[in-house]
Amino acid sequence: MHLLNLILQTSSFGVFTSSRLFFPLRLPATFSFALQIFPSRSTISFSHYNIHKTMASGLVTKRAKYKTTIKDPGTPGHLRMTLEKILFMPHNPKSAGKLDVEFRYIKGQKHTKEGSNKPPWLNLTNNQNGSFIFEFENYSDLQDCRDFVGKVLAKSGEVSEKPTVAYPDEQLSAAEMELRIKLLQEDSELQKLHKQFVLSGVLTEAEFWATRKKLLDREASKKMKQRLGFKSAMVSDIKPSTDGRTNKVTFNLTPEIILQIFAEKPAVHRAFLSYVPNKMSERNFWTKYFRAEYLHSTKNSIAAAAEAAEDEELAVFLKQDDILASEARKKIRRVDPTLDMEADEGDDYTHLPDHGIFRDGNKEMTESQNELYKRTLSQDINRHAAVVLEGRAVDAEFEDTKAVAEALAQSKRESSNKGESDGDTSRERLDRLSRMTEIEDLQGSNNLPLAPLCIKDPRDYFDSQQANALRTSGDALGGTEQIKCSLSILEVYSSLRESISSIKAMGWKEPIVKPEAAHQVFDALTNSISNTKHNIGKNPQESVLDRLPRKTKEELLHIWTSILELLKHFWASYPITTSYLYAKVNRLKDAMSNIYPQLEEIKGSVPSEFRHQVSLLVRPMHQALDAAIQHYEASMQKRSTQSGEKPNGYV
Amino acid sequence: MASAPSKLYADDVNLVVVLLDTNPFFWSSSSLSFSQSLSHVLAFFNAILTLNQLNQVVVIATGYNSCDYIFDSASDLNRCFENGRMPVMSSSLLQKLEEFLIKDEQLSKEEAEGRIKSSLFSGSLSMALCYIQRVFRSGALHPHPRILCLQGSPDGPEQYVAIMNAIFSAQRSEVPIDSCYIGAQNSAFLQQASYITGGVHHKPQNLDGLFQYLMTIFATDLHSRSFIHLPKPVGVDFRASCFCHKNTIDMGYICSVCLSIFCKHHKKCSTCGYEFKEVISSTIFGGCVGQKRGAKCVIAGWGFCISHHEFLC
Repeated sequence: MHLLNLILQTSSFGVFTSSRLFFPLRLPATFSFALQIFPSRSTISFSHYNIHKTMASGLVTKRAKYKTTIKDPGTPGHLRMTLEKILFMPHNPKSAGKLDVEFRYIKGQKHTKEGSNKPPWLNLTNNQNGSFIFEFENYSDLQDCRDFVGKVLAKSGEVSEKPTVAYPDEQLSAAEMELRIKLLQEDSELQKLHKQFVLSGVLTEAEFWATRKKLLDREASKKMKQRLGFKSAMVSDIKPSTDGRTNKVTFNLTPEIILQIFAEKPAVHRAFLSYVPNKMSERNFWTKYFRAEYLHSTKNSIAAAAEAAEDEELAVFLKQDDILASEARKKIRRVDPTLDMEADEGDDYTHLPDHGIFRDGNKEMTESQNELYKRTLSQDINRHAAVVLEGRAVDAEFEDTKAVAEALAQSKRESSNKGESDGDTSRERLDRLSRMTEIEDLQGSNNLPLAPLCIKDPRDYFDSQQANALRTSGDALGGTEQIKCSLSILEVYSSLRESISSIKAMGWKEPIVKPEAAHQVFDALTNSISNTKHNIGKNPQESVLDRLPRKTKEELLHIWTSILELLKHFWASYPITTSYLYAKVNRLKDAMSNIYPQLEEIKGSVPSEFRHQVSLLVRPMHQALDAAIQHYEASMQKRSTQSGEKPNGYV
Repeated sequence: MASAPSKLYADDVNLVVVLLDTNPFFWSSSSLSFSQSLSHVLAFFNAILTLNQLNQVVVIATGYNSCDYIFDSASDLNRCFENGRMPVMSSSLLQKLEEFLIKDEQLSKEEAEGRIKSSLFSGSLSMALCYIQRVFRSGALHPHPRILCLQGSPDGPEQYVAIMNAIFSAQRSEVPIDSCYIGAQNSAFLQQASYITGGVHHKPQNLDGLFQYLMTIFATDLHSRSFIHLPKPVGVDFRASCFCHKNTIDMGYICSVCLSIFCKHHKKCSTCGYEFKEVISSTIFGGCVGQKRGAKCVIAGWGFCISHHEFLC
């Protein structure tokens, strides 16, 4: 129940305001910011305890006006929402706007947007397409009521979960069950087998999956153990939403964004850890941060310098990030000297502001004290890209900024500890260096290790003419004729040479081949080719299965896989030592006997030209089943002769 | 090494390496005389050469005691043997053949009676593969080669190992071996060679029309075989020879280390030296002879042998 609650609360907290800051807005010299901090996944916000309390207690009470239509000015009163129903009591007991609606009838809700100029309205629609419009005093009230309604609606709409089938002889974790269900869904063949055997009771779940451990393991390891990386869009460049009416600029910060800001700007991270909550509140911190961002975006380094001089904390955000600088220096020291970087001073334009492109064609005189407060776009982009590629250092979901900051600091400490084994890294570098600086021509030849061919007696293996000199055998099989050679070698060779000379003398016989003979040969060949094509198929790779109608082929293949499955379990159960195995073998034997009529059916259903081939295909299936059943009967007989007084087969 | 991608410059160019059987014992007892078969075969070579001007024919003679390269249509030495009565290439081939037979006769020694008079097929097959390898490494444009065996002599079981090695290396280099068997019996080696390498095997029924057989079946180049139907044998004879006596067997013992085949139970494998442990006899369903640790009972060619026997009996 608690879990359920939590899930629902998180789902409805999509845009949960917890706090809001308002600053007077003075254009253009300074901006102030309104902040809203959104815990996107958490249930508790650090500064919104009161609202959460009302949520938890299931009761919301607000002052509101009830309007039946939009044009209606509305009856002022109190709106009270519990988990069951909505109750509206007008201030004036005599007015007619009393409302008592159960949540069961509420279908949905609509509300006016905050940024628009409309007053805060909440519109609840019910089943009969009627609507109840409530106007609140401010948007935060609207927000609360909206969330509450959302929560209740979500709860009422939930579907109860199906109870999972628990097998009494196995303790299965939910994860296991999930894996199995997933496997079954993906592989329809497996699903068919599972349905056929497990659901009909021939095999138990445990037995079925016992042979498929590898599949399950593979599935388990496929589950996403990957961490979601950072977005590659520069989130830290978040655009605020401006509220023209109240001159407020609102930034939305989620822990995601905060994590990314801390990852990209370690100086900000350090500042957060040191300043909050000792020196300033979080709100203040973020206000200053965004002020600094604004100053950077205007590229007004003079103003930035001025403000930095006034406000020490703001200065932290405006200065260059010294942590980054020191890290970069360390990295440069660690760079592999074999890295081939050819950079020309004159080509190095990326460090000039605006890539060295000046406005108005004149070169600005950059003042050295304001150098400190400049930051170029390319620096930002590079830093962002570096952080994204490094990946996410912390993986959990956070409730508030403090937790984020601390987790990041922790992971940094760990990684720096790991990196401190300098001895190893320097040795590695030396190894790599020595490998890269090798000159191949000067190396000795590198003979790959080949296992030498090891034949114990090569003579015997290769050359056996001598060994068989006295043998008088011919072909071992078939009684084939030998060449009856009555002539001596001399005669034989000379006859051959004679034929050659006769050809040379006479030339070729005209015609080389008689037309009738050629015609006969040609006919016979084409006949035989077309016959074999008809019988065996055009494609030498094509098997007989492919020529059967598809349904038959699938049935045959399915029967074959089920036979294999049954036989696997059958033969694995022998020798029978427990009564469990005995019962199992009996079940399997019954299932096997059921396959015979299935095979007969298939044979009968096939058109006559394929019948012979199908029976050829079915023959090994029959043989396998026959062998198994024979063995079963033999063992039964042995049992009954051995243990005559225990007819039930108890061991 | 795997065959270099054949630098085909036209699809139907042929490079045929022909292994011509010149076993005198066979030809003396064959129904087709040597001169007749030579006329068929030489006309066939000319026909191949006219199909495409880039075609090339290489002939290797498979003799009784030796093998040698007889003829290469791409070589320039063919002009030397002018003979008015037949094309120049044929006459040079015949000349070389005669010289080869003289040499072969000189190599012969007294043999005991009763030996199967088989030709040195393994030797000529190896020579053909060496020539093909040279073509692969030549770097010039060449068509994809194939091997055509015109054999009549029976199989010599003592050459089983060498022939199988050659067949597997041809398979690796993707060189098809076609075989035309004009002898009396069936040749298991040729069937296996064609089956394994993807070539075509045929045993002509009517030897008077040998030229027609050759033109219909064996003149087809490799590219055209994807759409021209060639006769397929019903089954393949997979019989092997045992390593100890070189008998042809179809059921025997195999060393589980090096897969050498033996007809009788041995204590020690002669090829790799592995010693078999004691025999454990047990009854196994299916009726195998006996099972021992270290060697298994096997029926060689179980899949297709059955059909071959039906075909024979």
